[in-house]
Amino acid sequence: MANLIPVAKTVGVNRLVPTISIPYPLGDPATSREEQFKLRYHRVGVALDALTSEIEEPQVFKVKI
Amino acid sequence: MKGILYLNQFFGQIGGEELADFKPEIREGLVGPAMALQAVLGNEVEITHTIICGDNFIGSNTEEAVETIISMLKGKEIDIFFAGPAFRAGRYGSACGHICKAVKQEFHVPVITSMNDENPGVEMFRKEMYVFKGGASAASMKKDVSAMAKFGLKLLKGETLLPAVTEGYFGRGIREQIWLDPPVTGADRVIDMLLKKVHGEPFETELSIPKSDRVAIAPAITPEELSTMEVALLTSGGIVPVGNPDRIQSASATKWGKYDISQIDDLVKGEYMTIHAGFDPAAANNDSDVIVPLDAMRKHQKEGKIGGVYKHFFSTVGTGTTQAEASRMGKEIARVLKKDGIRAAILTST
Repeated sequence: MANLIPVAKTVGVNRLVPTISIPYPLGDPATSREEQFKLRYHRVGVALDALTSEIEEPQVFKVKI
Repeated sequence: MKGILYLNQFFGQIGGEELADFKPEIREGLVGPAMALQAVLGNEVEITHTIICGDNFIGSNTEEAVETIISMLKGKEIDIFFAGPAFRAGRYGSACGHICKAVKQEFHVPVITSMNDENPGVEMFRKEMYVFKGGASAASMKKDVSAMAKFGLKLLKGETLLPAVTEGYFGRGIREQIWLDPPVTGADRVIDMLLKKVHGEPFETELSIPKSDRVAIAPAITPEELSTMEVALLTSGGIVPVGNPDRIQSASATKWGKYDISQIDDLVKGEYMTIHAGFDPAAANNDSDVIVPLDAMRKHQKEGKIGGVYKHFFSTVGTGTTQAEASRMGKEIARVLKKDGIRAAILTST
């Protein structure tokens, strides 16, 4: 899970899930605790689904929030 | 002739990490390293402006930053564009590459930057622009700036360019036919090379194949398997128990730590923090789950998506850390996980 997806790709990560920033990858402190958790829970879920996805080449998985 | 230089917030003298969210600005004249650049360029090229942008701003809003900077440059006289040097700073290197690429596309002028060979920006951009081989830190500022400037003058004067290795930039994978003086045919050269090889003497190939260091794509786990297995959490974001018991370095780390989370569901303020020196720690110190998402993993565990969370989370610091050290630490952590039968992990980077 990375904010700088192009960097992560370059160093050879195969399953990538975007995060929202460098200092707070999974929860914007400008939003409520509930919203932060919702985003984090969703994106971690995408990462877990990525582990169960068969891929042929490095892939960036799409997030909804 | 006119040139423009791109710098990050630190070298642009705005401030350190706390100001890494600084939005792009254009200043007339010379700021920081622009002076050294101007000194080497002399009367031939005038650096008319310096552009400054925070590394985190461009890292998190790349498109917006690039668009803003391109619009700032419109209408300016540009014959050549420089960025950096970025040394070993990964975010800065990536920023220099993005900006140079956009400037080259938009204005069709030569672009030059400089990075250390450990900077991930090298692999991202070396094929698209001149990336000079720079030092590891600002200690080599003068040397790196001078290399960029001298080559810039050469380009602008239309002088004969030598191969990348001679000029001092990372090879771009471009092959050009040249006439050897005196002429030696390929047949002779290959036999010379073979004889050297047979005699155990050093020789240099004319067709180097870049070595790739890729990890094969791991086969997918089935959702059923996932629902019964433990998943490990790893981070390069420097989350540690308050007090940093393993004394992991805040930059250029060579150490990693593992911390017991088997009895907890949440990384609470006052017990966990980040020691990463590469970003503003406020958000992570307030709630370390924004980097190590233990609370979200526990919910997935309760709902049965995963069997559990591995008893320790693993942490190191990614800023300034060499790829060689990172690779060693990654292997060490992987060994621990494999020994415990762990087959799935999520790594959050910052």
